[in-house]
Amino acid sequence: MFSSIVIAGVGGQGTLLASKILSEAAQKRGLFVRTSETIGMAQRGGSVSSHLRIGSEDVSPVIPLRHADVLIGFELAEAARQLNRLKPDASAVVNVDCIVPINVALRQGEYLCDDYLSALKKNIGKGFYINAAPLAIEAGDARTLNIVLLGFSVGAGILPFNEQEIREAMECCIKPKLLEINKKAFLLGAEAARNQI
Amino acid sequence: MANRVCMGNEAIALGAISAGVSIVSGYPGTPSTEIIETLLNEKVSGINVQWSTNEKTALEVAAGAAYAGARSMVTMKQVGLNVAADPLMSLSYVGVQGGMVIVVADDPGPWSSQTEQDTRHFAKYANLPVFDPSSPEEAYEMVSAAFDLSEEFKLPVFLRPTTRVCHASATVNIESAPHPKPASGFEKKPDWIIFPALSYRKHGELEKKQKLISEKFSTLQFNRIFSGGRKGIAASGISYQYVREVIKEFGLDLTVLKVGTPYPLPLKLAEEFLSSVDSLLVVEELDPVLEEQLLLISAGKNKIFGKMTDNLPCNGEYSFELIKNAVLKFVGIEVEDPKLVDIPTLPIRPPVLCAGCPHRASFYAAKIASKNDEKMVYCGDIGCYTLGNAAPLNMVDTCLCMGAGITIAQGISLAEKGTKCIAFIGDSTFFHSGISGVINAVYQNANITIAVLDNHTTAMTGGQPHPGTGRTAMGMPAKPLYIEKILRACGVEHISKVNPFKYEETVDAFKKAIEHQGPSAVIAKAPCIALIKLPPLVRRINETCIGCLKCIKQLGCPAMSVGSNGKVVINETVCTECSLCSNVCPVGAIKKVDRNV
Repeated sequence: MFSSIVIAGVGGQGTLLASKILSEAAQKRGLFVRTSETIGMAQRGGSVSSHLRIGSEDVSPVIPLRHADVLIGFELAEAARQLNRLKPDASAVVNVDCIVPINVALRQGEYLCDDYLSALKKNIGKGFYINAAPLAIEAGDARTLNIVLLGFSVGAGILPFNEQEIREAMECCIKPKLLEINKKAFLLGAEAARNQI
Repeated sequence: MANRVCMGNEAIALGAISAGVSIVSGYPGTPSTEIIETLLNEKVSGINVQWSTNEKTALEVAAGAAYAGARSMVTMKQVGLNVAADPLMSLSYVGVQGGMVIVVADDPGPWSSQTEQDTRHFAKYANLPVFDPSSPEEAYEMVSAAFDLSEEFKLPVFLRPTTRVCHASATVNIESAPHPKPASGFEKKPDWIIFPALSYRKHGELEKKQKLISEKFSTLQFNRIFSGGRKGIAASGISYQYVREVIKEFGLDLTVLKVGTPYPLPLKLAEEFLSSVDSLLVVEELDPVLEEQLLLISAGKNKIFGKMTDNLPCNGEYSFELIKNAVLKFVGIEVEDPKLVDIPTLPIRPPVLCAGCPHRASFYAAKIASKNDEKMVYCGDIGCYTLGNAAPLNMVDTCLCMGAGITIAQGISLAEKGTKCIAFIGDSTFFHSGISGVINAVYQNANITIAVLDNHTTAMTGGQPHPGTGRTAMGMPAKPLYIEKILRACGVEHISKVNPFKYEETVDAFKKAIEHQGPSAVIAKAPCIALIKLPPLVRRINETCIGCLKCIKQLGCPAMSVGSNGKVVINETVCTECSLCSNVCPVGAIKKVDRNV
């Protein structure tokens, strides 16, 4: 098995933890993992993406254009930004929430919510769209958005892992006191996917 | 032995642990910070880890430990090595007793740095060997090899990862049992004292060692030839990984020289490679370090392509696509680029000061206090607060390097009479290299205002302690140093200390400091929002909002956006109730409410 996964969002949304959990799941199954992360200045609310390449050693840590099998988009514009990273037959889960950067409010640039959604729908054959924030709040903390999206992605069947594998990986990557709330978030995400399919 | 998915920086830390490191020092800087953070998390008994005040002190501490026979490591980002250059250059002559590894992380792009300087040059300049890992798993193995080499030749050795190694992860086979090596103890001898006569002798020895190390490198596992056709590629660092993927994807028949130690170059291996190819492409990020050396050895026998022939750039980070195009052009294969889809115009999403960041409040107050002075120049420095340059704050007119704001301000105010400068500097940067600038300001009676933005941490790199925080990296209590006392001891007489969220007081403090003739200081003290728990209260916009957007246009707080009705909305999951926006609203529409109501 060889799979390239891109996770895209805005700094602070928790893409890094999501990437870490997927790496851990792959590692537990004995698959070689390469990832590349955006860490540093961009973490302060900038565009961030995590690249994962699972199942092969002799590849680079960054997914070439048109080489990703899966996209998990944490934010609409950031998901659209990755469109050319995806293979034509890639599958995706996209959180439809829009985080409008402050420079747009200052009249520097535009944020075209509807256009991004239609571009995603037009170019991704197997795409699932979810409003994840209410589920994260239902789980008890808006910051569990990343785990809701992981749950939804597993539930939608776009990841090369099952629910049990991700749950076990979460136990290795999340602090014990935050585990319960994140497990709830994961379950809510997975259920929402099953209801949608 | 166990497999573990490690980030490159983690792998370097774990490599040092398995190599028996016992003293590690460093100063935080992207992309190097997580090396020391991993060592702190691992809590291996017998390993002493410290965040030093700056890279120069860090390198000297590690050198002292290596003098005493311990295995030591020092970590920093590439620009940090400029600060540590003075001890480095002498240390290459003096040498070490215990193994010493200098980890300097380069940042092609650059993603989070002032420069794209190439540390391999520094290694060559200092006559010190350098390992250039192509992946986290190789970085792990290189650390041990670097310690062994350092002890064999009694020289400090460089490990130079780049961002895509530091912040990439891979499955790494980790040795389980850490075993810090005890220090043999400091042995008194004249070799530790650098005098001209000793320098002359040591310089000669150093030059001789270069040849010996090069010979050793030709048989090292990190340098290899992968045989193929009469066309070749020489690659080092992360570029090797991209080359490997390109060769695999297009099924190319190329001879590859993989270089893991770009200085001193493994001469014999390089000669063997050059004799097995007619032409070659050199693929390495940043400067043509490998290319120049290969050109010299080849002496015209091979056709060499690379940066000198404009086949590849010196600036920016390399990618699969960039290397693919260069390699395919070199081998003369035409491949159609993948078809790209049309994406609607996307917003630029630059990094911003967080919602509730105390720096925003300080910048805004300084701006209001100085708004009548059109000639005011705002000198910035390195840290989160460099982001104060963005609209709508526009409060950073200069930024050069760590600690330079205070001294650049002095130069500007000298050259342009009547121009007042405010120099903004963070607490960690103040301790790093701001203090000597303060002393100069007092000595020269410079007419500047120093604004210390004290958020009680090294924020940009993720919150490391510093001499003002009262605790060490290892979590032990430390005697806190007070910025106000230091300023006073340096001779600054006009000092005011404010909480930047007390808006009127802060504006008033800045006004008085600016009016003061001679050096003055404002210490704006409030913790970084990453250090505090979100309060139960938030700010909410009520129905009286007139949609003038003054709050957004003045502050640029990322918690604020414009709703569909044209009125401002506050995102309550990120609002910290800092209250700054309420001071800006002309109609009092922003009120304190309970988060859960």
